[in-house]
Amino acid sequence: MPGTSDPHISVSGVAVGYDGEVLLENIDFQVRRGEIFAILGGSGSGKSTLLRHLIGLAEPMRGEILVDGAPPALGSSAPIAGVLFQSGALFGSMTLGENVGLPLTTWTDLPPEAVEAVVRSKLELVGLGGFENHLPAELSGGMKKRAGIARALALEPPLVYLDEPSAGLDPITSAELDELLLTLNRGLGTTLVLVTHELPSIFAIAGRCLMLDREAKGPIALGAPADLRDHSRDPRVVAFFNRKPAVAEAES
Amino acid sequence: MDESARRVHIDLGRLRTLDAASAALLLELRDELRERGLETEITGASGRVDSILELVAARPHGVTPRDKRAHPGVVEQIGWNTALISRFGFEVLDFVGRTVVAAGGAIRNPRRIPWRTTVSLMERSGADALPIVALITFLVGLVSAFQGAITLHRYGADIFVADGIAIGVTREFGPLMVAIVAAGRSGAAFAAELGTMRVSEEVDALRTIGLDPFPYLVLPRVIALSAMVPILALLGDAVAILGGATVGVLGLDLTFTAYMTETRLRLTFWNIATGLIKSLAFAIAIALIGCKWGLATRGGAEGVGRATTSAVVTMLFSLVIIDAAWTLVFYAWDI
Repeated sequence: MPGTSDPHISVSGVAVGYDGEVLLENIDFQVRRGEIFAILGGSGSGKSTLLRHLIGLAEPMRGEILVDGAPPALGSSAPIAGVLFQSGALFGSMTLGENVGLPLTTWTDLPPEAVEAVVRSKLELVGLGGFENHLPAELSGGMKKRAGIARALALEPPLVYLDEPSAGLDPITSAELDELLLTLNRGLGTTLVLVTHELPSIFAIAGRCLMLDREAKGPIALGAPADLRDHSRDPRVVAFFNRKPAVAEAES
Repeated sequence: MDESARRVHIDLGRLRTLDAASAALLLELRDELRERGLETEITGASGRVDSILELVAARPHGVTPRDKRAHPGVVEQIGWNTALISRFGFEVLDFVGRTVVAAGGAIRNPRRIPWRTTVSLMERSGADALPIVALITFLVGLVSAFQGAITLHRYGADIFVADGIAIGVTREFGPLMVAIVAAGRSGAAFAAELGTMRVSEEVDALRTIGLDPFPYLVLPRVIALSAMVPILALLGDAVAILGGATVGVLGLDLTFTAYMTETRLRLTFWNIATGLIKSLAFAIAIALIGCKWGLATRGGAEGVGRATTSAVVTMLFSLVIIDAAWTLVFYAWDI
């Protein structure tokens, strides 16, 4: 595993799971500051579970997760990371403006006019300018995700987690979202950690990726997507990047 | 099969079609015969039959059969259930503890409570429930008075219908009926709302923003019901007494003034206060149970349905227990 002098996230010897059952173990990797890091794997491989642990929504069964040198803790202070959930997870009873403004009203003393201005700018950044007064139910899936990104960026965190940002989106919306993420990463230097199994998105934006496997109960590959596709000898990795069933790949 | 046979040849040459289950069975048979040392071959398959055989054979693991667990014995069942009940007990204690801590934090810093949401919840669980509470308590007062009147009329004690209704309604039926309505309307709604928020990751999203679900979601609901259910119970008491008066005036030839005068004689401070104490206890229980089940929801829309049903059943059971407990306490205190 490549080391870095200034890792944004450091994961060492981590095992995760639920109700005493280990789902993934022996997880070791680091995410560099300003990197776009993808967590890959088939359905049920534990990608989202690992992400929940990185965010701090669950504690690892073993090992250590450090974000900026400290274990992720929620609630005690302003969040150190923004999160986009798979469904957007916008609060249904609030307008988009209120959703995006909630982190600001919770953690800053900005006057209402300033909060409104920040909300407007974040929504414009994700292409939803003018939608402040809309309810989440009035939006399409892609718009919800973009609004979720706007909320995740409200406090301008240096780190953003994204759970399957492109899932369920048409190819054009998905490409637009990838562009947006690249803009954030290049423009603001935001570290992005995304869970995905969308190959076009992985090749378009991810600098490095970690691949998880259900049978192996842990990581099976770490590296740049193109390197893994072209040079990996692991039939499971080759099968994933070539969109083939793993058995057929192993036999060939 | 001939014991001396060493070779099995399954000829599918004349087979025109085959379903996946039959193909799996056939392949399983072939594998089993091979394991027994027989040379086994399936030949002659063509067209659709061949395609299906190939498709089924390509699945290396096939369908994993469910674990055939032995039926647990009585001791094992008792053990499992004891463990489950203990775990549930700890979870309830944990939930109540977190709510109390959140309430303590809210007293020190009231800004932590989303008051706009709380007022909206009060309107939904209070004002919006008024018509159904009024209808039900009026009918309960009416029916109770009618039942009492049948017996009391024989003894020429019609006026005591007012006494029975005044005491029974304020101490027992009013608070209980209002609590049942609150459980069905608000408690179920709390479980469904929070359950939906849980499965759509909104609760997790709140936590990642740094907002604790207890002061943000649970406390507003506890406050709203604690404020509204006792008020509804008071209104329900009044309407139920009116229901009793209707029977007294129309069925027993009592005057409205006589009925209300007798009622007023019986309406002591403690008759009303005991009902209100029960109402408050009911309200807190309904809100906590609704929120507890809602936040414990797992597994999509079906999970929300299950959590809501469980919440309502637990609420109704708890109301009866709480009612009985307070009745015993009031009896012991002689009030």
